[in-house]
Amino acid sequence: MMENKMMPLWEVFIRSRNGLAHKHVGSLHATDSKMAVQAARDVYTRRGEGLSIWVVPSAAIVASDPSDKAMMFEPAESKVYRHPTFYEVPDEIGHM
Amino acid sequence: MYTQALNATDSQIQPVEDMSQAAAFQARIDAEERIEANDWMPETYRRTLARQISQHAHSEIVGMLPEGNWITRAPSLRRKAALLAKVQDECGHGLYLYAAAETLGISREQFFGQLLSGNAKYSSIFNYPATTWADIGAIGWLVDGAAIMNQIPLCRCSYGPYARAMIRVCKEESFHQRQGFEIMVTLSRGTGEQKAMAQDALNRWWWPCLMMFGPPDTVSEHSDASMAWKIKRFSNDELRQKFVDATVPQAQHLGLMLPDPDLRFDEASGHWLYGEIDWNEFKQVLAGNGPCNRDRLAARRKAHAEGAWVRDAAAAHALKQMRAAV
Amino acid sequence: MTARSLIIEETPLVLYCLRRADDALILGHRLSEWCGHGPTLEEDMALSNMGLDLLGQARSLYSYAADVEGRGATEDGYAYLREERQYRNLLLAEQPNGDFAQTIARQFFYAAFADLFWRAMTSSADDTLAAIACKSEKEMAYHLRHSAEWVIRLGDGTGESHARMQAAVAAMWSFTGEMFAMDDAERELIEQGKAIDLGPLRDGWRATVSDVLRTATLDMPASSWMQQGGRAGRHGEYLGHILAELQHLQRSYPGAAW
Repeated sequence: MMENKMMPLWEVFIRSRNGLAHKHVGSLHATDSKMAVQAARDVYTRRGEGLSIWVVPSAAIVASDPSDKAMMFEPAESKVYRHPTFYEVPDEIGHM
Repeated sequence: MYTQALNATDSQIQPVEDMSQAAAFQARIDAEERIEANDWMPETYRRTLARQISQHAHSEIVGMLPEGNWITRAPSLRRKAALLAKVQDECGHGLYLYAAAETLGISREQFFGQLLSGNAKYSSIFNYPATTWADIGAIGWLVDGAAIMNQIPLCRCSYGPYARAMIRVCKEESFHQRQGFEIMVTLSRGTGEQKAMAQDALNRWWWPCLMMFGPPDTVSEHSDASMAWKIKRFSNDELRQKFVDATVPQAQHLGLMLPDPDLRFDEASGHWLYGEIDWNEFKQVLAGNGPCNRDRLAARRKAHAEGAWVRDAAAAHALKQMRAAV
Repeated sequence: MTARSLIIEETPLVLYCLRRADDALILGHRLSEWCGHGPTLEEDMALSNMGLDLLGQARSLYSYAADVEGRGATEDGYAYLREERQYRNLLLAEQPNGDFAQTIARQFFYAAFADLFWRAMTSSADDTLAAIACKSEKEMAYHLRHSAEWVIRLGDGTGESHARMQAAVAAMWSFTGEMFAMDDAERELIEQGKAIDLGPLRDGWRATVSDVLRTATLDMPASSWMQQGGRAGRHGEYLGHILAELQHLQRSYPGAAW
């Protein structure tokens, strides 16, 4: 258990191409941020998957509570007027 | 590589849980929704998954040992590079899988503890020795071939972190079976000695590979819950049959004989029917009596023990840096 | 029956390629011995990555040596069918893995050299060597960074790790001088602009090493006695065992394709 605390878990995010956002690819254990970046490189970019790496201590991630899902996300579902398909434009106008 | 043989559902204890929660959970599964780490889940689902994913991870890590035994002796530089990259991939797969299992609230260190104490299981196949170079071909062709049969459905497993890890594993593993088969092709077209080496490897690995899929459906008591939870999507016998059907023509192509006098094609079902599997051998290997069980665990224990001072040093350095920064 | 060993026409350029290829092959082989036995899964991955880089360098250099020699040799011929006395690697490369500290000391000393070496070689008048250098330089820069981080962690970490790292530095030290040795064959290539003068690399190497050791709270060894011989095929007792494993199948089944 002692060892577990000393070798914390990190979340790894990789940018696969310039222009794309960093995407979560997995996790790993490392004692500090430098080693975490190197481990991320050695573990998650062996097949040329990345051009940039972010590592974040897993403990630093704050997540929404799944039991709040209804309250958090369902209200957005009824706001159909936020989407372009809600509005009618005459066919002869074409793409807008 | 994967071990369906071991994915026993933890069903001894049924804690009293809110039945409506359990029903809602099952409804999500039935609707093909993925379950994520923070979602509510039945305790038995959590324990079953933790056990299955960690056993899968152990299998990857222990599975490095038989093939690792040939890295320094690979017969060409091309083969050496491929083998080192492949065994390294298995390490990576173990790492991804431990990380997926950790989302269930158990640390890698705890999982290691279970493996090293001998309490956790891993795939029976890795308790057989890799004694000739042809074994490297046979392991890639057959063991990885069997693993792929198991792993592809797992990419659709109901537990999101496991499914995502498996997608990555399957993508990376696509070269493993091919490199094994290529070795078998080269040997079976080589000298008489090489062909004999290939046949001998096939003779030794065939039956243990069929055992990898686990006990027959008639006696496999654990499948029902895993099927209902969509942790598992095909039965042991279904996957075993798929493997046999895929492998027989490959063996014919190699000009090698499968070591099963009862093997025959059944026109009616369109399947290759195979002979009796020696389930006693399987039980013995699972019970710790395979030819290499002791050596495999000893090797993992040694690596872990000899690495302790390294891990301690890195942790101590990190602590000093943190204190200095404050 | 065993496979006949290769007879090689060691022109200066062939010899130069074989020396660097042998360094990379033997050191890569040593790193590959760690696979499955590393102190953490993450480091197991890192050690294999470094091993694969070195193996790749060795293969490029052997292939080029075969082209230059022009007698139909292949990368595998050089690796599998030369005797111990025909191997030209640094003694440093063949030193055993020992504990993780010794592996790291060996890697750090070599990478601190190879990083400078390949960077300088990118301007070689020999296009193939320059191209190999371009690739190798990046790989070795990472090996240097990774191994230096470990030297610092092990040196600074705990009492035990400090003692092990200091002992490893001392044990590997006397094999570092050979990296800078040059003979007439190399001087000929230096004059042609194909090889580089190793003398000027020494200061840079010392500066890197002393910086990292200081950060790691480790002492720079005082001893100045340096072992030599690998470049001329005079090895310690370790190389024979490496080759016995490496060459086992090719020697046991002469002429077979794998």
